[in-house]
Amino acid sequence: MTAVFGIFLLTLLVITAVAIVRTRNLFVATMLMGIASLLIAANFFVLDAADVALTEAAVGAGISTVLFLSALALTSDEEKAGSSRRILSFLVVAAAALVVIYATFDKPKFGDPEAPVQAHVAPWYIEKTPEFIDIPNIVTAVLGSYRAYDTLGEVFVVFTAGIGVMFLLSYRRAGHTPTSRAPDPGLRHHLIPRVLGRFLIPFILLFGLYVQFHGEYGPGGGFQAGAIIAAAVILYALLEGEERALQVLSRRVLMGLVAGGAILYSAVGFAGLLLGGNFLDYSVLASDPVKGQQYGIILIEAGVGMTVTGVLLSIFHAFAAREQ
Amino acid sequence: MEFLGLYHYWVFAVLLMIGFYAVVAKLNLIKKLIGLSLFQAAVFLLYITMGKVDGGTAPIFQTASQTNVFSNPLPQVLILTAIVVGISTLALGLGIVVRIKEEYDTIEEHEIQEIDRR
Amino acid sequence: MTGLDQHLPALQVAVPMVASAFVVLLNPKGLAWAATTAVSAMSFAIAIQLTMLVTAGTPLTYAMGSWPAPFGIALEVDSLSALLLLVITGASTIALIGARASIDAQIAADRQIYFYSAWLLAVAGLAGIVVSADAFNIFVFMEISSLASYVLIAGGPDRRALPAVFKYLIMGTIGATFYLIGVGLIYMMTGTLNLADMELRIAGVSDQRPILAAAGFITVGLALKAAVFPLHIWLPNAYTYAPHMVTAFLAACATKVSLYVLLRFDFFVFQQNLDGHTFQFAAYLMPLAILGILVGSAVAMFEGNLKRLLAFSSVAQIGYIMLGASLLSAAGLTAGIVHIFNHALAKGALFLALGAFALACTSLRFETIGGIARAMPWTFGAFVLAGLSLIGVPGTAGFISKWHLIGAAMELGPPGLALVAVILISSLMAVVYIWRIVEAACFGAAPADFPDVRVPPLLVTMIWVAAITNIVFGLVPDLPLELSRDAAASLLGHVK
Repeated sequence: MTAVFGIFLLTLLVITAVAIVRTRNLFVATMLMGIASLLIAANFFVLDAADVALTEAAVGAGISTVLFLSALALTSDEEKAGSSRRILSFLVVAAAALVVIYATFDKPKFGDPEAPVQAHVAPWYIEKTPEFIDIPNIVTAVLGSYRAYDTLGEVFVVFTAGIGVMFLLSYRRAGHTPTSRAPDPGLRHHLIPRVLGRFLIPFILLFGLYVQFHGEYGPGGGFQAGAIIAAAVILYALLEGEERALQVLSRRVLMGLVAGGAILYSAVGFAGLLLGGNFLDYSVLASDPVKGQQYGIILIEAGVGMTVTGVLLSIFHAFAAREQ
Repeated sequence: MEFLGLYHYWVFAVLLMIGFYAVVAKLNLIKKLIGLSLFQAAVFLLYITMGKVDGGTAPIFQTASQTNVFSNPLPQVLILTAIVVGISTLALGLGIVVRIKEEYDTIEEHEIQEIDRR
Repeated sequence: MTGLDQHLPALQVAVPMVASAFVVLLNPKGLAWAATTAVSAMSFAIAIQLTMLVTAGTPLTYAMGSWPAPFGIALEVDSLSALLLLVITGASTIALIGARASIDAQIAADRQIYFYSAWLLAVAGLAGIVVSADAFNIFVFMEISSLASYVLIAGGPDRRALPAVFKYLIMGTIGATFYLIGVGLIYMMTGTLNLADMELRIAGVSDQRPILAAAGFITVGLALKAAVFPLHIWLPNAYTYAPHMVTAFLAACATKVSLYVLLRFDFFVFQQNLDGHTFQFAAYLMPLAILGILVGSAVAMFEGNLKRLLAFSSVAQIGYIMLGASLLSAAGLTAGIVHIFNHALAKGALFLALGAFALACTSLRFETIGGIARAMPWTFGAFVLAGLSLIGVPGTAGFISKWHLIGAAMELGPPGLALVAVILISSLMAVVYIWRIVEAACFGAAPADFPDVRVPPLLVTMIWVAAITNIVFGLVPDLPLELSRDAAASLLGHVK
């Protein structure tokens, strides 16, 4: 049954992808991208990757759609020219695809528990996590502790993107003075979205916090929570106008979140170093190494959540402020 | 099951091709970024597919009674990171496109080249 | 090894990284520059200390979070990484010390905190790639350094910086994704991400097809990021329209870090595990290297924009490094690796000097730099000195790498003579393009309204520091040569 479902999802995905590339309307393409992301997320779920599915749904279908729409509002939603050098492009692309097909043609078998991937490193994580870290979610254990350095790097990738967008969009065009415009009313005068939104936002926030603090036990963690909380605030901004959203979380506060999360994460790393361990060694944070690991993971997940929320909202506001 | 395994890899290859084609051949800058997202999504699929174990569950310990067959947590961790890297690149790319539109009043590659040549 | 020393590999990355987050919280504008420069200098000090530790004994390894490899992420610093770390942090520090006036002129004051933060992220990202011994971790830091470089380049005041950086972003992301596909395929067959562990486990893989495909993806992906001819098309515009100080910094180290990963991956993982790979590596890369050398130099001879000219010269110089590597001999690798160092010295100094010229000239084209030699005699003197090093005149650092490269080519016997001819021809082309600049600067007609600009003393000092290192390492090349020889021996130790 799952197999049939998987084939169904993948086929839909390919059809959607073709439609995305063929359509000339960028608005349509963006919406289809959201659908494609949801299909991918569903497929990840079928493949036992609950954490990744949650992230793909929140990031791919949620945040990236918002970003595309913000950019479309500032550019244009019609693709004027089609494609160029079709045959050459097709050949280059086909060459890459052939290499991939050549590489994966018949092995290792899908789902094979004996495949090399399942035989090395991964079993160690599954076996040792109860002993060293003792949290139920192995993905969180790997992400937050065994490969915490990757995750630290990832937080700084997000941070770089955040300051990058702020840098790009803080450019003041010559002869273009920002006019003090009337506050954007958002959808304040539309009763139905407003009532529905007001009803939804608290629940979204609550769910975001649940995902943040439940990451050790179930699917979730700082990235997903950050994306969800940012989505709630963006919804608020759409309903009540951007100014109202900025009154709740001002640019300074957002900047504090952006930098603060990254600093918090690094500080946990340095704390390990100062207490006699290696960088990012949480075992030394408490007298019991297992407790230390758990504290460390909770702290760094908080740092991740802060930076992701701050960056996503800062990017949203940076795009929105350009709409004049 | 055998067929499903290959099907996953084929979809990966096809998706990779579709995305890559859009990046290389399309002239609209936003369309290029859309293609780039698809291209990266295909790679996510490759990693997650290889981590699946038959009869396994998501790698989260639940009640003690449960069988301990888990799918591989490591590719999942890697792809969590890669998804976030992807969205960061996308955000920066869109920021650049917005600035290009402001400066050139177009987001079509060949029109920009023509303006620069003048 | 005492307390702090053993943590230096981690600090090399973590210090500039966390500092970048503090920089955006700073308000007064001068402070951002001072803090960034201080942190960069600190990174340089760490790199020097690491180099001393490496030259004194065995390579350093570090287990992140105290988790043993391959379960946790390991860092590793050997001679090759030490050399790269010196180049990255040294170029960043010298450029930053001299950069203030140029950056103030090119970037609005209220945007500078983001700019300086991105600079530190680029340093941290590049250093992170170099010290990492984990294939996926390299990808993460590659993305930090790439995104930070996009931000830095997009800071260029000319609007053409934007399409240039967009092209770089697209090609860079394709390169990184190809790398990710390759790593995924290897991971699929071995179950590990640690480079040393990969090398051991690939030997036991019976089906070589995925590994072969992975080698293809990784090589093409990294060659894209390293701007190996013919995948260099993003480079000239990106370097031309970037802020001048950014060009000086990135031209010295950014592409070389990708070359470093390419060398390391190829030698550590593939060379002894794939049948015929040694031959393929040489057979594919040598023609590309030769074409890159000749085409890059030829285009540079006819280019009208000075920054673009030097950017095309960089394409040729990347060719030299690849040529040395493709000889697959101890002498060839030594020459290629030492050229990473020597080219950084010459190109860094040249681009810094161009940054100083730009303070007075309306643009950096041959028509507009007339008379600059008289207006800025000191800066111009340093420019000529660095230009001589780029050409490879005896007594300069550039000579050392070319001399070793020629020596390595002669080892091949008669076919080597063709390579020697290529090196000599491209050196003559370098004479032509450097002379064209000198001629225009000395004898070109000065514009009537030539502004009387004094180059800031800090910038002149740094240009001279960079120029003099070309002489110092030309006369006393022991340190870079010793590191390169050691690096070459360690790379070749992995070849069957």
